[in-house]
Amino acid sequence: MDELIDKLKGEIIEQLNLEDLKKEDIDNDGPLFGEGLGLDSIDALELIVLLEKNYGIKVANPADGKKIFQSVRTMAQYIQDNKK
Amino acid sequence: MAAPNYITAYAKIRSGKVILNGETGYSANADEPAADFVKAAYKHYELNYPKFYKMDQLCRLAFVCSELLLRANKVTANYATEDIAIIVANNAASLEIDTEHQSTIADADNYFPSPAVFVYTLPNILIGEIAIRNSIKGENTFFIFDTFDPRFMNSYIHSMLNTGRAKCCIAGWVDFYENKYDAFLYTVEQTNNGLGIAHTEEQLNNLYK
Repeated sequence: MDELIDKLKGEIIEQLNLEDLKKEDIDNDGPLFGEGLGLDSIDALELIVLLEKNYGIKVANPADGKKIFQSVRTMAQYIQDNKK
Repeated sequence: MAAPNYITAYAKIRSGKVILNGETGYSANADEPAADFVKAAYKHYELNYPKFYKMDQLCRLAFVCSELLLRANKVTANYATEDIAIIVANNAASLEIDTEHQSTIADADNYFPSPAVFVYTLPNILIGEIAIRNSIKGENTFFIFDTFDPRFMNSYIHSMLNTGRAKCCIAGWVDFYENKYDAFLYTVEQTNNGLGIAHTEEQLNNLYK
């Protein structure tokens, strides 16, 4: 799981153009939206694309996004549970 | 007789140089890739706006140029935000990012359009970025021309100011395509709050050169 979390942080930084952030700046359990990384609605769409492009996972129900994208750890868990 | 208007500040970014009110500021080798140069200028002037990294190259160029212009002439402190207009033109529209977007949808088997790229596929988004950054709510328009057109810009901005549609205007030219970049933004006001250059076609031509 730790390896996947580390990889995911790199992918998030690249996909969302968070050039001023390093992997160690992202808390595994910190919120991605709001007070955490301060991501916005376009970033949410980018994260959905990231899951599909890099892991072949489609988020079928947008309502699930709130739970999946809570933190890097919840994203990694979702990937682990749903990767084909 | 129509009231005279004044160019009160201007900023240019081109050929590896940042020029503010005629003075060269940050500079680099003219051969430095455009994207690297604009990013280096952003860091040099410590503009510190996290959203910068999410912008496309056209908006980054406009953002840096406008930040420096508005540091030199704080029009947002002197006018109601509804009274400041933004009028910008360019040649390539948003072709740089359009091409990038096209590359993500060209292959049906590898079809992953990026929402963050797609939102920049209109050139007037650069006006939006400047407006959001400075809470400017006045009229705005984006034009596409072959080259910077001082005659049109002069006439259009005079008309805006002299008919009361704006009291101050941030105007100019911001173009970015295939590693070529050219930004020239200036403020026009009805009273001389800065350089005091008469807002005429000839002066615009001289300053743009």
